[in-house]
Formats: sequence, structure tokens, C-alpha cells
Amino acid sequence: MSFQPIKFYQTGTFTVGNRLLPDNERSVQSTVRRTNSLNSGHRACQGCGEALGARYAIDAAMEATEGQLIAANATGCLEVFSTPYPETSWQIPWIHSLFGNTAAVATGIAAAMRVKGRSEVRVVAQGGDGGTTDIGFGCLSGMFERNDDVLYICYDNGGYMNTGVQRSSATPPAARTATTAAVGPTPGNVFGQGKDLPLIAMAHGIPYVATAIVSELRDLEAKVRRAMEFRGARYLHILVPCPLGWGHDSSLTIRMARLAHETGIFPVFEAEGGEVTGVSRIRRQVPVEEYLKPQKRYAHLFSPKPREDVIRRIQEAADRNIRKYRLLEEA
Amino acid sequence: MRKPFAITLDPGSSLANHTGSWRTLRPEYLDRLPPCNNACPAGENIQAWLFHAESGDYEAAWRSLVQNNPMPAVMGRVCYHPCESSCNRAQLDSSVGINSVEQFLGDEALKRGWKFDPPAAPTGKKVLVVGAGPSGLSAAYHLARLGHQVAIHEAGPMAGGMMRFGIPAYRLPRDVLDGEVKRILDMGVELKLDAKVDDVLVTQKAGGFDAVFLAVGAHIAKRAYIPANEAAKIMDAVQVLRGMEGDAKPLLGRRVVVYGGGNTAIDVARTAKRLGAEEAMIVYRRTREKMPAHDFEVQDAIEEGVLIKWLSTIKEAGEGAITVEKMELDEKGVPQPTGEFEELKADSVVMALGQDVDLSLLDRVPGMQIEGGVVTVGPNMMTSHPGIFAGGDMVPAERTVTVAIGHGKKAARHIDAWLRGEAHDPGPKHELAEFAKLNTWYYSDASKTVRPMLDMQKRITSFDEVVMALDETTALFEARRCLSCGNCFECDNCYGVCPDNAVIKLGPGNRFRFNYDYCKGCGVCAAECPCGAIRMVPEEI
Amino acid sequence: MLKQIEGSRAVAEAVALCRPEVICAYPISPQTHIVEALGELVKGGELSSCEFINVESEFAAMSVAIGAAAAGARSYTATASQGLLFMAEAVYNAAGLGLPIVMTVANRAIGAPINIWNDHTDVMSQRDCGWILLFAETNQEALDLHIEAFRLAQALSLPVMVCMDGFILTHAYERVDMPSQEQVDAFLPPFDPRQVLDPARPVSMGAMVGPEAFMEVRYLEHVRQMRALELIPGWAEQFRDAFGRDSGGLLHAYRTEDAETIVVALGSVLGTIKDTVDEMRARGERIGVLGITCFRPWPANTVRDALAGAKRIVVVEKSIAVGLGGIVSANVRTSFAGHADTVYTVVAGLGGRSITRQSLARVFASAAAGTLPPLTFLDLDHGLVERALARERDTRHSGPVAEGLLRDVGLVAARIS
Repeated sequence: MSFQPIKFYQTGTFTVGNRLLPDNERSVQSTVRRTNSLNSGHRACQGCGEALGARYAIDAAMEATEGQLIAANATGCLEVFSTPYPETSWQIPWIHSLFGNTAAVATGIAAAMRVKGRSEVRVVAQGGDGGTTDIGFGCLSGMFERNDDVLYICYDNGGYMNTGVQRSSATPPAARTATTAAVGPTPGNVFGQGKDLPLIAMAHGIPYVATAIVSELRDLEAKVRRAMEFRGARYLHILVPCPLGWGHDSSLTIRMARLAHETGIFPVFEAEGGEVTGVSRIRRQVPVEEYLKPQKRYAHLFSPKPREDVIRRIQEAADRNIRKYRLLEEA
Repeated sequence: MRKPFAITLDPGSSLANHTGSWRTLRPEYLDRLPPCNNACPAGENIQAWLFHAESGDYEAAWRSLVQNNPMPAVMGRVCYHPCESSCNRAQLDSSVGINSVEQFLGDEALKRGWKFDPPAAPTGKKVLVVGAGPSGLSAAYHLARLGHQVAIHEAGPMAGGMMRFGIPAYRLPRDVLDGEVKRILDMGVELKLDAKVDDVLVTQKAGGFDAVFLAVGAHIAKRAYIPANEAAKIMDAVQVLRGMEGDAKPLLGRRVVVYGGGNTAIDVARTAKRLGAEEAMIVYRRTREKMPAHDFEVQDAIEEGVLIKWLSTIKEAGEGAITVEKMELDEKGVPQPTGEFEELKADSVVMALGQDVDLSLLDRVPGMQIEGGVVTVGPNMMTSHPGIFAGGDMVPAERTVTVAIGHGKKAARHIDAWLRGEAHDPGPKHELAEFAKLNTWYYSDASKTVRPMLDMQKRITSFDEVVMALDETTALFEARRCLSCGNCFECDNCYGVCPDNAVIKLGPGNRFRFNYDYCKGCGVCAAECPCGAIRMVPEEI
Repeated sequence: MLKQIEGSRAVAEAVALCRPEVICAYPISPQTHIVEALGELVKGGELSSCEFINVESEFAAMSVAIGAAAAGARSYTATASQGLLFMAEAVYNAAGLGLPIVMTVANRAIGAPINIWNDHTDVMSQRDCGWILLFAETNQEALDLHIEAFRLAQALSLPVMVCMDGFILTHAYERVDMPSQEQVDAFLPPFDPRQVLDPARPVSMGAMVGPEAFMEVRYLEHVRQMRALELIPGWAEQFRDAFGRDSGGLLHAYRTEDAETIVVALGSVLGTIKDTVDEMRARGERIGVLGITCFRPWPANTVRDALAGAKRIVVVEKSIAVGLGGIVSANVRTSFAGHADTVYTVVAGLGGRSITRQSLARVFASAAAGTLPPLTFLDLDHGLVERALARERDTRHSGPVAEGLLRDVGLVAARIS
């Protein structure tokens, strides 16, 4: 892990900032010089995890590139809530073209920068899970395969939230969406084979792939920083809870991300050249129920008839992650 | 740039959209009362001084501490630290070693010669303090700070009261006590030794004192009737411990039995060990669970070889031996005699059964209300006689140094108000920052630093201090374990986790402010505040 | 410099002379030779300061071009047929964002049934996407139009499509006059886009626009495209001065003075039509030809003036609006002062069907005689379609039409049961 936790500085090991740390060791988000790339006044829902994740990631990228950054953005919540005419929340050069072409648009921008000899200008592409794992998958894979100099960031909230919470290929099993209703003998989303984009990205052998969560800011920032040390295609997959689609209280956004990590449901790791080089270990392991219960999209697992069988399958998947990524072992 | 209409927009222009209008709940910063502060009998603002200590500014920490307690070096040794018992961190790993950090700060102040801030302008009022124990010294300090002229009349030959005559030197080295007493006197407090006050009203009138604070302590040992052979050597704990301060140390013999179960019994037994007793045995009529002495003190005593005879009472004392009767607890936990007896060898028996107060100085004060051997005081620490206040062991309360110091502070503030013809109003207490208000995920795991102990051989052969101090790094580490319950410590979490950038960072020491123009009231800041210093309240329409 | 080269090669070399900075390539017949040639020019270093990107689809091709153009690079790609449809969403997007991209469309039929040969169905599906559409009659004109397209695109901040007939032009070896780099540089100013993504001056491009301003955005897009009608004629003159030949412009009129019948068409078929007209003129028939070079924006006034003296119009078009008839003719009718009934639609050459002088002469004569139906499918095999229609009438499960027809013409040996 390129991220070194700070030891025992007051209580601040895991907080955003820490008054006792020297300035250069603080997180970007703790500083007043952060760029607020996604500025106030955006129209995201209360407690939006994507708005948070996007600011975390893009501010970190801005810091890493000393402000020499251009972003391409897929259609989706992030685009709609940030740039409705006549106002934009973005403080960086930013373009929205289509839902499924963001990786390609970014490739074009990177090509333009290369041909103009502006190697200092770096390019990020960003989209939701729908724009990444579904409709934008072809362009993304092409961008990976060519190893274009783009950092692609997927803000995964597990569904098409902008259109009213429909299923995407990133929707987890058993979750209720508008197109996987919580009715019938197998309510909610199917237990499919999954479409693990980080692993697919790694299979392309690109220089850097990482997952992150909004509850581990320092780790997230370190990953963006690390990503910017490479040239070529890089992929960062950030889990961003969605109060609307997940049906949790808006104040629990970070808590849900934390629980996704601490249950093992969402493994947080990084990989270089297709090989896992670090994992963020679970500090206080919790059973998946703690993660599932506050979310209305899983309400049918608890009432009227508790579905221990389904919860067990979810727990098994989390346990597999824990084994596979060694999430509980000492480094 | 000739920008195309509508589809290309100027950066950051969304500031025109005030999303604060969406809000139904609004976040507010608040200070909650940390449980340590709440539990401190001396009313220390522990979290506040730890905050300074965390940043390594020990002098600021010490100055913050002595606003409430002038004797941190003493307190860091003898306080039974109820703060640590209530510390929220105990529910996480182990409580913060507040007492050890306090000791470090107190020692640091003595080492560096830090002086108290100069007192306020003289008020022209004179206050008599009777007794130079912790309560009297504390009152004198606070009164002096407030600008009053203070004279302490102490019956004994030295200042310190029970801190000197009740607590053995291996727990409280005398240079530490002397240093902290001297610093108080350096403020201009007058101390008259060997000046027993026989009639308080006479002394008050003679000295022209506007008010009096009584803190004479409890020095008369309680006795229990034990049929005893003339040759039996029976002493009391006060006698023994006081004797330690003189040149002629008490002669206790090779086998010493201490009768009682309080901290004083432990002190006497451990003292006996150090005086060369081969065997020091405590006889106590109940079990360890029921024993009033603090567990860690019992543990220390046992480590040093002190024996404890549980469930036993002394029936008879003879020459070189005593007879004890075995007891058993009934269903209510009260010890009952069993009729089984045992003889134990004992060269001396020391009674450690508690102390009474010498209240003779109040005999001629009309209307003085006394109940159960102690003086009745009101919430303002004033006795039933106007202008005469009292505190410490002579009023109904737990008899500890810390309580006494707290009494002194409290009484001083009320005396000050009373002298101005006002009533002191400390204001409402903040709501408690209980564990459930915290988000402890943010605190890294860090177990407590235990103060080092003197090695055993030295412990039982000398009166050197047993519990040694933390050094700077360990004290700093310990200070940084503080969770800062209920009080913002500028961790930047709210500033970082707001999805709407609606928190304004005001810079070091100035905390944060909400930008209600953009705050949508999601509540993430409150949920993620590690220390519970933000609450959500319904928005007014 | 005169060269005897394939049309695709000629276009590739012309594009290279325009100093493109990003080229996106994805193969589809009959466009492929163009990007192959460009790839070779870039890799060989003849075209320097250019990124040649092999993308994974036409959708990506246009998307990469969008990104590159938005970031200030002169961008180019080429496609045809299915490829144009596959990128359709991005085609509209490039126009909506006002990005000066140039794209060659080597016109080809749209499936099903799959067919690689030339007609105009592909581009006609995108005729209202907001791009400027230029049609080349010859390889020389295809070459020249690209140079004009790049200039037009950046002047108006609009994307431009240059259409050339697949195989007929792209794969034909003809003599072309290839201009020098100096000539092109003199005609085509350096790339200076209206808007650009730049950290020094950040903007947000591609905002969401609601009902309160969407109409205005579209209106402005329309106004901007219509400005091309003012620019193109003057630039055609400049082009003639600079390069010494007529190329581009809005329209090409041929022998229309005193013509009672004017034939309207786009692209390479104009050559065959002109030959036919020459023969008919020789027989004393008053007939002329109007070639449309600029199909979007539609040069309504210029067309109206050009057709003013005619009694009847015959539109020969290589596309069909299924369920309506002619697409080009529908446009022509808006710009012809005469009666709408006197604008005849002749759908010809679909899927690469040969358009012969003989057949053209027959329909033109028929039009002059007043016997031409309003909608004619040139050289339609009536016997074949009658059999298919009968089969469909008789059998509900009549099978796929295309296979049925092929069986009837004897191209499918095996019987499909």
C-alpha cells in the first residue's frame, strides 16, 4: 500500500485532517487550498456519496497534477447534478459528451495533449457504474487495451440512480431496484456471475488499478496520487453509497461505505501491472447484516420473512473476498 | 473564448444556486461535557488541558490545568482519578492515563519553575483559611487569584494536612508537596504554622477577616473496643503515619497487624513493611470485593508482601499475639460471627478504622449546624453561620484529596461572590458527551501507557516513590489517546466529509463554521464527527 | 501535381495536407483505404504532429474525435454505412457541441440485407444531424472538398461530412491534381477553435440544457449552419484563384440555361447524367443538370434560382425514404417555384445497382413526355418483386425476402425450406 497510516497523532489517524501534522502530511481535503473541483451549489441529493467521491478524487488529482487536469464525464447523476444550464459546479476544464463514450473522449483529449506537446496536462475520465460497466464498457476496454494516458474513475453506486434506480451490471445480488423488484420468490437482483471491473481492468495488464471508498479518504487520495505517477491507462473504482438508491439515511453515507469495506463486501486494494500490490485491511470486522440492515434496498431480506438463506450467500461472498484479498491478515 | 450559448459554462458558477433552502435539519457545533471533566471532583477541564498537551505545549496545558487545581504534581500521584474510571476510551481499549499526564505536567512545572499567573487586582478583602490541607490550600490559591488577601492558620508544624500526615512518602515525595505548597504561598498567601484556632469567631474578629473558610480535616482516629492485655501494643493509623514525618519513626515490631479495610490500612501496612516488619498483615472483616481500598492499592500491597486476612475481626489482643474470629457474609453482605477463632502472632496492632473531625473551634459559634460529626454546608459551601464556609474532610463528602481541592475551589468562588454581595452562578452544565455520541472508528487503536514501577527490592526497603513518572514521549502519547469527547479538536472531518463544501475552515484554534447557504442538512458531518461536537436540530421555517 | 491514384489515396493525401492532429481509424468498406493510407503516412513520418488512433468501433472513433477537437486538436475520421449508424449518437453530439470535426463518408447501403455497395442511404439517415454535408462528384472534387471542409468546420465551429460514393470514387484510379503543402497552408489557416478545454481557462462543455434554453441552442445551431451558405460561394472563388479549378461551391449547374427539364442529383452519378444529357441535348432536347454539392445546409434560394426556368424536375437519388419516396426530391420541392407534381423522384442505384445512360435517358424522356410516375425505381425487376409479393400473399411463412429474391434470380442453389 502506498499509503502510510499516521500513528497516534492525537485521535487523527483516520480523520480527514489533523492539526498536529505538518502541512505536507495532511490530506488534500483537510487543507484550505483544496480546489473544490466540484463546487458548492451542485444539485446532488443530500448526503450524495458520488459528489463526495468526485470531489475527493478530482481534488487529489488536481493536487497531484498541480492543476493541469482535464476531465471527461459520462452522462449520469454526476453530470446532471453538476452542470444544469446556466450553472456548473466544476472548476476544472470539463466535458460531457455521451453516456457510453467517456473513455474514448478522454482518449481524444489525451491525444490532443500529446500532439500539442503538453505532457503536463493529465486527463481523467469519470462515470457511474452504468456508464462504466455497461454502456461505456466497450470504449473503456479499448482505452485500456491501447494503454491511453487516461485515469478512468468509476463512481460505483450499484445502479442507474439518475433514471430512478434501475439495475446495472454492478447492482449487487438481492438488491431491490426499480427493475429488480422486491417481489416474488426471489426478490431483488439475481445472483449473477458478477462483473468485476477492477479485475477486468487488471486483466488488461494496465499499469495501475485500484478500488477505494469514500470512508477511507487518505487511502483514496494516496491512490489518486499513485495513479498520477504512471503514464498509460489507469483505473480507479470508488464505491459511493447512494442514499436514494440504497435507501439509507443521508447521514449514513460514509458509514455505509465503511461497512461495505469492513464486512468484506467491497474489497479495497490496488494492483500494478495486473498484480495486487496492496490491500486495505479490515480493522473491525462486522457481519454483512450490519451493512444490509440500514438499506431499504435489502429490506425484503429481513421482513416480513427473514431470508437467512440469502444473507448467508451474501456473507459467503464477503468471506470469499476476505480470503482472496487477505483482508484480515496482518500486513 | 467565444463560448457557445448554454452548452458551455463558466467554472464554478453553481455558487449562484443556494442549496441551503433544501434543508430540514441544520447542523450546529456544540461543546459537550466530557465524562472525565464531569467526574473530576476538583472540576478540572481535563479535555481542555490534554488538548494543549497533545500538541506538546505543556506550559499551556499546565496553565489550563491550574485554573482549577493548583497542585497537579500532587494530584498526579494521589488522586484516585475517577476521570479515568469514566473515560469513554475505556470502552474502546483502555482509559486515557489522565493521572499520569497530570503528574507529568505537574513535575514539568516544578522542574521548569513555572509560576502562576499574577493575581487579579487587590479587592481589599481579607479571608481566613483554617487548615493548610488540600482544601485550605486550594481555597487560599483561588481566593488569592481573585485578588483577596488570604491568611492560613494551621494547627500543625507543617503545611499539607493529610497530604503530609496521611499519605506515605513512597506515594507522595515531600519535595513535590513542598514545591506545590510554596508556589501557592508565593502568590502572597500568609501561612501561620502551629496556630491552632480555638474559637473561630475570636480569630476572625482579631484578624479583621471578612470571611472564613474552615478546612481542619479529620485527624482523630476512630477506635474500636478490643479487650487487650496491658502488654499489647495498640496504635492508630494517624499516629503511625504522622510519626513518619518526625525524626523518631514508630516502633511497630517484627509482626504488625493492621485492622481495617480502607486505603489508610493499606498505607500503614506498606509503611510497616518499609520500616522493616517481617510480616505486615491486614485484618479485614469482609471480602476483597467489599473492601473500600482501591483495588490497585491492594494489588501493590500484595505485591510487596502485605498479607490480608479476609473475613476476620480482632476479638482480643495480647502480648505478641491476637485472637481473630472468622466471619461470614449473610445474604445482605453483612459479616456475621461464626464462633471460629484463631490466634495470630502480632507485635503491634494498628487500628485503621477511619477518622473523626475536631470541631471544638466551632463550640462558641451560635447556630452552627453539625450532624454526624461533620459540619453542614449549603450548595455554596457556607455553614449555617453567614460568612463562614467549610470544606474538605470536615463536611459530608467523600474524603479524598481531590474532593478537598474541589471544595476549596468551589468555596473560594462562592466566598468571592458573597464578599461582593452576589451569588456565584457557575452556569448550566453542558450535556454529557457519552460514548454513543462518538464515532470511534476514527480513533486508532492505542493501548494505555502504564507508568513504570520501582523495582521490588527498593520498594520494600525504602520510601522512594513507587510509581514513577512518564517521560515526555510517553506522556505525549498518552495525551494523544484522548478522544476529546464532545469538544472539537479540529480534525477536519466535517470540513472533509461535507458533500456540499458547506463547512468553512477558520484556521488553527478557530474551529469551523457552517455555510448555511449551501448546507443541505444531510447530517454526514454530525455522523462522522469523531468526538460528538455537532448536532442536528430541526430547521426553523 | 498530377497523380494517377486511387480515390481513397487522393483523399488521404489531401487530408494529410490539412495537417490533422488526431485521426481515428476503424475499418469498414469502402472507407478503409483512406485511414489505411493515413496510418501509413503518420507511421512513416510524412504526416508529423499527428496521433493516429486505432479505435475499437466507429462510436469510439467519433468520440475520440470529439475529445480531441474539444481539447483543441484538428480531428478527422472516416466511415461508411453501418459505421455511420453505429456512431450516430456521437455524430449528433459532435454537432450539438459545435466541434469542428471533418469526416469522410464513403457512401454505402445500409443493411439488412447486408450490402457493401454504394448508395446514399447511410448519409441520408444523418442528413439532419447538424453536420454540414458536402457531396463530391469526382475524386478531384472529393480531394478538394476536404480542404474546404476543414476551413469551413473551424470557421463555423461545426462538423463537416464529405460524402464520396463508395467504390465508385473511393476505389477508382483517376488522375488528380494534388495541391502543394504551401497552397493548402495558404488556403487553410492554422487551427484556432472557438472553444477549447484548457486548464488555464477552465470551462464546462456539454451542459444539460432544459426547456428554458434548448430551443435557442438549436436555433443558434441552425443559424450557424445557414451561414455556410454565405461563405461557401466566396470560398469557391478563392479556391479557384488559389488552385486553378472549380471545386466545391453550393451547386454545379450544367447546361441548365433554357432547359425545360432539369435533372437534380448528388455525387458521382452526375457524370453519367451529364453524359446522358449531352446525348439528349444533341437530339435537341432542352434538358440540363443541377448537381448539389452542399446538401446541408440546404441552399434553398440558390436551388430555386437554378431551377427557375424549368418546367419539370427529375431528381435522381440513391436513397429511399421508405414509406415516402424521395428524400432529395422532398428537399427540392421546397425550392422549386413550379407545381410539386412536376418534381419527379427516380430512386436509382440502391445497393450498387448500375445506373446506365440508357435507363436514365428513358426516364428523362418519359418525364418530358409527362408519362413518368411521381416515384420511379430505376430498372426495378418487376417480375422478381411480383413473384415475391405473390409468395407473401400465398404463404404466411414466406421466409426472408432477400433470400427469396436471390433464389428467384438463381443465386441461391440450396432451397430453403
